Amino acid sequence: MFSKILIANRGEIACRVIRTARRMGVKTVAVYSDADARALHVAMADEAVHIGGSPVAESYLRGDVIIAAAKATGAEAIHPGYGFLSENPGFVDQVTQAGLVFIGPSADSIRAMGLKDAAKRLMEKAGVPVVPGYHGEAQEIVILASKAREIGYPVLIKARAGGGGKGMRRVDHPDDFADALSGARREAKAAFGDDRVLVEKYVDKPRHIEVQVFGDNFGNAVHLFERDCSAQRRHQKVIEEAPAPGMTAELRAAMTDAAVKAAKAIQYSGAGTIEFIVDASDGLKPDRFWFMEMNTRLQVEHPVTEMISGVDLVEWQLRVASGEPIPLAQEDITLSGHAFEARLYAEDPAKGFLPAIGTLHHLSFPGEAAAGTELRIETGVRQGDAISPFYDPMIAKVVTHGPDRTTALAALADAVTRTEVAGSTTNAAFLAALARDPDFASGDVDTGLIGRKQDELTVTAPPSSRAVALAALAATGAMASAASDDPWSSLTGYAHFNPLARRATLSFGGTGIVAHITARPDGRFQVRPEGGEAFVLSAGAGAGDAGATVAAWPGHVTVFEAGRSFDFAISDPFARAAEIGEGTSSMRAPMPGLVKLVRATKGDKVAKGQPLLVLEAMKMEHTITATHDGVISEIAAEGAQVTDGTVLVRFEE
Amino acid sequence: MPTLHSQLSPSSESFKANAARLRTLVADISEKAATVERGGSEDARKRHMSRGKLLPRERLAQLLDAGSPFLEVGQFAAFGLYGGDIASAGVIAGIGRVEGTEVMVVVNDATVKGGTYYPMTVKKHLRAQEIALQNNLPCIYLVDSGGANLPNQDEVFPDRDHFGRIFFNQANMSAAGIPQIACVMGSCTAGGAYVPAMSDETVMVRNQATIFLAGPPLVKAATGEDVSAEELGGADLHTRVSGVADHYAVDDEHALAIVRRIVKNLNRKKDIGLVLKTSIPPVHAPEEVYGVIPADLRQPYDVREVIARVVDGSEFDEFKQNYGTTLVTGFAHVHGMPVGIIANNGVLFSESALKGAHFIELCCQRKIPLVFLQNITGFMVGAKYEAGGIAKDGAKLVTAVATAQVPKVTIIIGGSFGAGNYGMCGRAYSPRFLWMWPNARISVMGGEQAATVLAMVKREGIERKGGSWSKEEEAEFRAPILEKYEREGHPLYSSARLWDDGIIDPARTREVLALSLSAALNAPVPDTKFGVFRM
Repeated sequence: MFSKILIANRGEIACRVIRTARRMGVKTVAVYSDADARALHVAMADEAVHIGGSPVAESYLRGDVIIAAAKATGAEAIHPGYGFLSENPGFVDQVTQAGLVFIGPSADSIRAMGLKDAAKRLMEKAGVPVVPGYHGEAQEIVILASKAREIGYPVLIKARAGGGGKGMRRVDHPDDFADALSGARREAKAAFGDDRVLVEKYVDKPRHIEVQVFGDNFGNAVHLFERDCSAQRRHQKVIEEAPAPGMTAELRAAMTDAAVKAAKAIQYSGAGTIEFIVDASDGLKPDRFWFMEMNTRLQVEHPVTEMISGVDLVEWQLRVASGEPIPLAQEDITLSGHAFEARLYAEDPAKGFLPAIGTLHHLSFPGEAAAGTELRIETGVRQGDAISPFYDPMIAKVVTHGPDRTTALAALADAVTRTEVAGSTTNAAFLAALARDPDFASGDVDTGLIGRKQDELTVTAPPSSRAVALAALAATGAMASAASDDPWSSLTGYAHFNPLARRATLSFGGTGIVAHITARPDGRFQVRPEGGEAFVLSAGAGAGDAGATVAAWPGHVTVFEAGRSFDFAISDPFARAAEIGEGTSSMRAPMPGLVKLVRATKGDKVAKGQPLLVLEAMKMEHTITATHDGVISEIAAEGAQVTDGTVLVRFEE
Repeated sequence: MPTLHSQLSPSSESFKANAARLRTLVADISEKAATVERGGSEDARKRHMSRGKLLPRERLAQLLDAGSPFLEVGQFAAFGLYGGDIASAGVIAGIGRVEGTEVMVVVNDATVKGGTYYPMTVKKHLRAQEIALQNNLPCIYLVDSGGANLPNQDEVFPDRDHFGRIFFNQANMSAAGIPQIACVMGSCTAGGAYVPAMSDETVMVRNQATIFLAGPPLVKAATGEDVSAEELGGADLHTRVSGVADHYAVDDEHALAIVRRIVKNLNRKKDIGLVLKTSIPPVHAPEEVYGVIPADLRQPYDVREVIARVVDGSEFDEFKQNYGTTLVTGFAHVHGMPVGIIANNGVLFSESALKGAHFIELCCQRKIPLVFLQNITGFMVGAKYEAGGIAKDGAKLVTAVATAQVPKVTIIIGGSFGAGNYGMCGRAYSPRFLWMWPNARISVMGGEQAATVLAMVKREGIERKGGSWSKEEEAEFRAPILEKYEREGHPLYSSARLWDDGIIDPARTREVLALSLSAALNAPVPDTKFGVFRM
């Protein structure tokens, strides 16, 4: 076994690897960018090395710097995590040439699977069923469009070097092909530096089922059953589970056989995943699955496999990379119960899942699992950490395991509901809604489920009047009494006869709220929002008496109620004064990003709703439209890197 | 510590009757408090609000920390004076917390005669400053006042303790390191302009606040210059040009937020140099005090029944329990703060006075604050007692009370008559705070004694001239005297004239004492040097 490894990653996966390494007595070296100097993975590792600037191209993609760090710290092996350099064969070669061990497959295996069309040809040769499609070298639009016609609409355009849904477009009609192609190419270029695409048959009621495989350097390969990742939103996995609901013995046998065959075909070593597309329009049939691609790395959703198999996949990775055989024979790998994983993201479902960047002023996960279940939280952030624009905005993976699917799913819904995040909008309520969706609960899930039910799953509810009252009280900065024995702290609101009534001014979603608050002799407060009923409430952290809790953070109050979080902005007299002083109307960047395109210039007369510029953030393009009619007096320059709140456009007075 | 055990039964008829009566008195005061808290007339308040201004109590509430206690001073000042509608003398004053710091706040109420200064307004403003000075509390003035009330100029302008003293105090408090902060939210004319000008830091609200020595009409009359109030002394002018003010606020809320920020930057720390214990509530519920107090002021009761309902755990370590028993002395804690309690349990004898003086010496030596529970008809009279030197023993007590430098807090829980008032730290002895219960009475002697003395003199005069005076005639003579003493001895009469700092609910005595003592401990407790004790 290695005595020291370097983890060429960040966030939850770096933390995840460190935990297993520590348990095995292996020392760890973290690497970090400027933005991550105080990140959790840095704090957890035995050593940490600074590798460059915040953008990934200056740090986590700098293979040379990372290898130098490994050499300098005496690490014997490099664990790549997922993403970044994990599937970069050039990096694997460099690692090997530097005399280090890459904890993962060989460069050849990665190359074999890296280009999707080549991979499919390889699989076809190995007898693994593949989806009809064009994986050729030709990239001219006329050829691609005619191939699409041959395959038959709907078709899918995918980045050849891709993964994770980037550079992927569904096309239903030949007329839309050209637009979709250019969009896919632009994203592919941005994400992978390679704008080549392939075209495939689009399966109608598709399920995404993948098989976890594991190979070693002795030619062995096993599978650890399947995972179902059909709950996707625009090709991004939302909730994953293992085993797949409704899985039959026949299909499982067929799929796992094919997967092991695929792994063996490339002498695969380490953890890998064979992704299949399954046509579920007529139930799960053993002849209706096709190979899509192989991920030659540890997957984000690997914990669900670990939960049902009891195997620590990172431990296996380390053992196999250090030259040991796979610890278990196929027949000793068993499946027990059911597991789910929900990906908690800093994003705003109500605004089309826009990435939401911010500081996690309050972060609280449920401490205990629901009865009879196991709960596992995989996170790389702590309260007070920032979700920066530079990296994936994932906050945590909430993983549950129970004796059966119903129990595990209920535990997932419960855990997500009890997770509290303030400072950034999250998809927590969306995850809970999905976990409670009757179709999802019944196992009737395909990759289109979320798209069809998105409105339903992202429906927002206004805060209850009690939540408003709690927020108003917290907005005043009222503290729990008995914080101190000094009577000036503990005798809340004393007045000789009638207590003073103060006002709280705040807003929710842009709507102003005024509440009248008086202290009571018992130390609690009567809070009456204007036009609403009065509540008697206690102040202070976690003041929710029943069913709701409160987190106050600079300028805001977040109330957590029934799995939803409501962010109230506290009226700030200083900000209001500054606004009155400023007097110009302007539009500000909703998030940090790069000004990709500018469609108006100074002096232009623009109408409300007119696109003014395109902001690229988190590899997604956001069009910024005019908030009102006016004449532009100032507009951001193309290529400008802007932060949250930067003025993008100013209008003439 | 021994726990005081109540001898009273809350289910007894007398207890219930007492409670019902005192509750009625409290309800009456509470109702009157609600009236004065409204400030000026409905019209005046509407006019005030229509200018975008917050009402004075709203300003106060937004200034203080949420949930801060407010220890109001002089709530009933000017009550029944000047025609009866000068609520709280047109100025709200009291101690509250801002950014965790106890401060004295003085808020002009422009809805009451434009916030102009009546004689009682001046007296109250000066009393608030006196409290701030004695207890080392930063002062915040929320200014919205037309200045001196001109019809009363002879009673507000010229004397030592008149208008000018406000600025004298500001200068000297500032010199003593006690921050002076003004927030001008309305008019601030003539002499009043010195409140912000004499402050350490000053905020002004645009389009509301004006500071000038002479307003536009006076300027026009004097020089013919035509100038608007805003141009002459608005926030813009004073924060940009003249430097009379430091901070420009766009409205009341903003101004108060600036004041809070100023306080946050004061860099003050409350340093209590006493050994504090953990606060525990009394064993006997404070509300039971209603049933303790007999309806008749002359009816004796054991003052320990009151102490048991005020101090931590009802624990009281009595000093000289068997000596001079008409004065009860002992140590206790209130909200964890050590106190020495001196309480009347009957008329003062020489022994009681000596015991009191001795106990005050102990407290001063140990720097333990003193609490006086005053219910006193006076010193014992008669040949035996005069010959025994009760005057010199009384003088010892008065000397000790007068020169004691530990914080003193007096609560008049019953009668406050004659020299008893002096020995028990009446207003003239500068207790840090002096509070009154609604059942209390204060006068040079009891109405009954006064009527009897005056009737005796009258009878002697008539009889010397050979006349005769019937019982009926005497009763007729006595009635107005009794009525006058009852009226002038009433807590509202006293509070209106600021002979006390306010009327309080007896059931909340513990809270008032705790806040008063804790506020007082913002100032270090100095050493005491007593005067000559006549032996």
